[in-house]
Amino acid sequence: MGVPTEAGVLVRLLGDDLSMLAYVGRRLGQSVLVLLGVSVIVFGLLHLTGDPTRLLLPLEAREEDVRQLRALLGLDDPLWLQYVRFLGHALRGDFGLSFKHQVPALSLIFQTLPATLELTAAGLTVALVVAVPAGVLAALRRNSALDALCSVGVLLGQAMPVYWLGLLLILVFAVQLRWFPAAGRDGLASLVLPAVALGAFSMARIARMTRSGMLEVLAQDYVRTARAAGLRAFVVTYKYALKNAAIPLVTVVGLEFGILLGGAVITETIFAWPGVGRLAVDAIFSRDYPLVQAIVAILATVFVLINLAMDLLYTYLDPRIVFARSRG
Amino acid sequence: MPPLLAVERLQTHFPTSQGVLRAVDGVSFTLERGEVLGLVGESGCGKSVTSLSIMRLVPPPGRIAAGRVLFEGENLLAKDDEAMRRVRGARIAMVFQEPMTSLNPVFSIGDQIAAAVLAHAGGGRRAAWEHGVAMLDRVQVPSPRQRARDFPHQLSGGLRQRAMIALALASGPAVLIADEPTTALDVTIQAQILDLLRRLQAERGMAVLLITHDLGVVAELCHRVAVIYAGRIVEIAPVRSLFARPLHPYTRGLLQCLPHPSRFGRPLTTIEGVPPDLRQLDAGCRFAPRCAHAIASCRATEPALEESEPGHFVACPVLG
Amino acid sequence: MSAVVGAETATAAAPAVVGVRRRTSFRAVFGLAVLLLMSGAAVAAPRIAPWDPGRQMLAKRLRPPAWQTRGLREHPLGTDHLGRDILSRILYGGRISLGVGLSAVTLSACLGVSLGLLAGFHGGRTDALIMRVVDVFLAIPYILLAMGVVFALGPSLLNVILVMAVTRWVQFARIVRADVLSLREREFVAGARARGNRSLRLLLRHVLPNALTPIIVVATLELAFMIIYESALSFLGLGVQPPTPTWGWMLSDGRNYVATAWWLATFPGLAIMLTVLAVNLLGDWLRDTLDPRLRVQ
Repeated sequence: MGVPTEAGVLVRLLGDDLSMLAYVGRRLGQSVLVLLGVSVIVFGLLHLTGDPTRLLLPLEAREEDVRQLRALLGLDDPLWLQYVRFLGHALRGDFGLSFKHQVPALSLIFQTLPATLELTAAGLTVALVVAVPAGVLAALRRNSALDALCSVGVLLGQAMPVYWLGLLLILVFAVQLRWFPAAGRDGLASLVLPAVALGAFSMARIARMTRSGMLEVLAQDYVRTARAAGLRAFVVTYKYALKNAAIPLVTVVGLEFGILLGGAVITETIFAWPGVGRLAVDAIFSRDYPLVQAIVAILATVFVLINLAMDLLYTYLDPRIVFARSRG
Repeated sequence: MPPLLAVERLQTHFPTSQGVLRAVDGVSFTLERGEVLGLVGESGCGKSVTSLSIMRLVPPPGRIAAGRVLFEGENLLAKDDEAMRRVRGARIAMVFQEPMTSLNPVFSIGDQIAAAVLAHAGGGRRAAWEHGVAMLDRVQVPSPRQRARDFPHQLSGGLRQRAMIALALASGPAVLIADEPTTALDVTIQAQILDLLRRLQAERGMAVLLITHDLGVVAELCHRVAVIYAGRIVEIAPVRSLFARPLHPYTRGLLQCLPHPSRFGRPLTTIEGVPPDLRQLDAGCRFAPRCAHAIASCRATEPALEESEPGHFVACPVLG
Repeated sequence: MSAVVGAETATAAAPAVVGVRRRTSFRAVFGLAVLLLMSGAAVAAPRIAPWDPGRQMLAKRLRPPAWQTRGLREHPLGTDHLGRDILSRILYGGRISLGVGLSAVTLSACLGVSLGLLAGFHGGRTDALIMRVVDVFLAIPYILLAMGVVFALGPSLLNVILVMAVTRWVQFARIVRADVLSLREREFVAGARARGNRSLRLLLRHVLPNALTPIIVVATLELAFMIIYESALSFLGLGVQPPTPTWGWMLSDGRNYVATAWWLATFPGLAIMLTVLAVNLLGDWLRDTLDPRLRVQ
């Protein structure tokens, strides 16, 4: 490779930053495209049946009313024009008024979003706190009783529908034992049951991934090198190996967040948690389409942002990704 | 004066679904202070497993079944885990074959060397890092201070191997086990690394156990050589002696396989047959099926290592 | 200067490779057995169900399972709030869950595999485009999308199957694409190309059989997911509508009686859990046997 000159070193340092910047730029661009795609789908929801008025008005509506509505909403214009108009409004945060509540859809979402994020974050935290150590321990004590127990737990966790678990939790802990409230958002105690119900499904997947990731890492040559150099077992497992195993976990966490957002819809329904999910179910049943559109759009945006953050975190943790392109 | 390292009748076995695989089946040799002992054999003959056994790093389900490994008079196999940990790296260190996979990709090499230092010495991160930089300098890595911040994938093969060596020597061990240190490298780089090893060995008076299948490397670096076949040592001799007067049929076969200018134009020789299945070993000499000089007693009893000439041991009653 | 020594043998190679034990997995057998039981019950439901699942017998409403004090022997799992036999409803519900699940997975697989093949094989723009579409579908919470679509088009059996397939095809697309990309590089594809095979035949004859393994594994796991998915939609009232009984719908009914009549919600939930567990076990076993490389999803 030759002896690097001063200038050479400088270019190398800058090069690292530049390629990182390029990567970030690329990911941002991708995210924008994805959001555009989402907007197309959200827009399309309303037009699926060909005539949105059928969804927005009761069946017995008169011809008069239908025509008026069409004119009001500009439904006679070409589709692409409607889309552009929709996009324009959406980018300014204007999703129209919720039919049922008669307030801007976006404001309703902002009121309820914190509750959902709180629940999802709590669920994910519960899942991580339980699953990661379980996965690590299962990997360390492979084929032991603990490992078997974990696999059984994992299997059950994956097979249980989240709402059934929720109902069971309510039955046992709220009705029979009366330790936690059965519904509503009222202090930390009320967060426990819904968070556990929501987290359980992710718990299983995360534990599995951690276990198999750790097993794979522990079999690697560099772990052998660390042991050969006399590093303490504790350090090898938790500092050395875990960092390697955690990296793919980071992307998984991002995806799990999306899955949990979906699961939150049901969990909120069962536990009467005042979040976006419950709002969404309510909106769909009351045919409040502007609200539905807004909810899907916002949730998708949150998901995309979270995944973008996870991806960037990933590159920070794993130096190979960004630099793989810039040098041989 | 007792040898620095003495391996006595070491046996390491791997249970498989088709029987116990006796990778190392009664290996004995000694390593003196300041000497370079080569351990030669083809792939799968048990040389790597021997070295891993000395370090007690045999991957499960393998286990060391019998024997002793005496280091400075103490049996390493009898030590508890913590005591063994203190030996690894600080007293006996190991360099592996594949520098790409043997270094952790998500930590800088400086971090990894510093971690090795901190495993045995106190002194804090700063001091450990500085020591790491100094070590990189000793192994002739250019611009060691900047390089220490690099990650393994940013270095060429030769530099990575140098980093591995720096990591191994960081705590000043008395013995270095080098498992095929140059096999994965380009030929020109090989020469450089061998040079480096020779220099470091002379500087520090280190004992080196050099594991290789390459007789050329042996000729360059080693004082003594042990030839291993199918989990047993078949010949041990000073290097000149071995090359000049190879006694065991297997050793002779190995040397004949080397291309030589005197045999230019003629087809290359090979040793007929294949090594035995280590799970189902027959009685008698393991090389007998492939040996042109085998007699009836060869297939009946396992030959022992006998001193045929001063310092030259061979396990062959026919030619030894 | 390397010595040329005899041939290497497989047995003498790295002792770390230990023979894999071909012990029949208890889990797989259990999973298969349960699944066969469930499918059998579902198919035979009209013949083995003791009662008509829609028959309301109001005099016997909210009876607990047979082994409890107020239970009746002719209703082993009890009755619901309209006096309908729970066991029969569960048997019939299985038909929906398994039927919808299987159809949705098949449809989803066809869609996903085709797109994945396309993306992997043509690469470049097509690939980038399809991948962005995948990202879009991943970004929208599938429940909401399903709910929105089903509500727009009306909740019917066909619509439910369609919407489930359309929201989950991405799983297949991704795995197929990854496989195609890696297979493309392999020599045998280049070899086939050199012999002048046309693209489509190349795809079908060489690439697809190799990608089949992960597809099967993903399909089994997706089946499990679909069963839960369908019941979730039912639970929310957006699935197949009454009078056809579905497990999700039963759970939804049972929700109001959690404190007073626990059996309404528990048995359908158990049924779902057992079926999904069985499918998962089978899927895991398939993955371990067919392709140990395949990483956990």
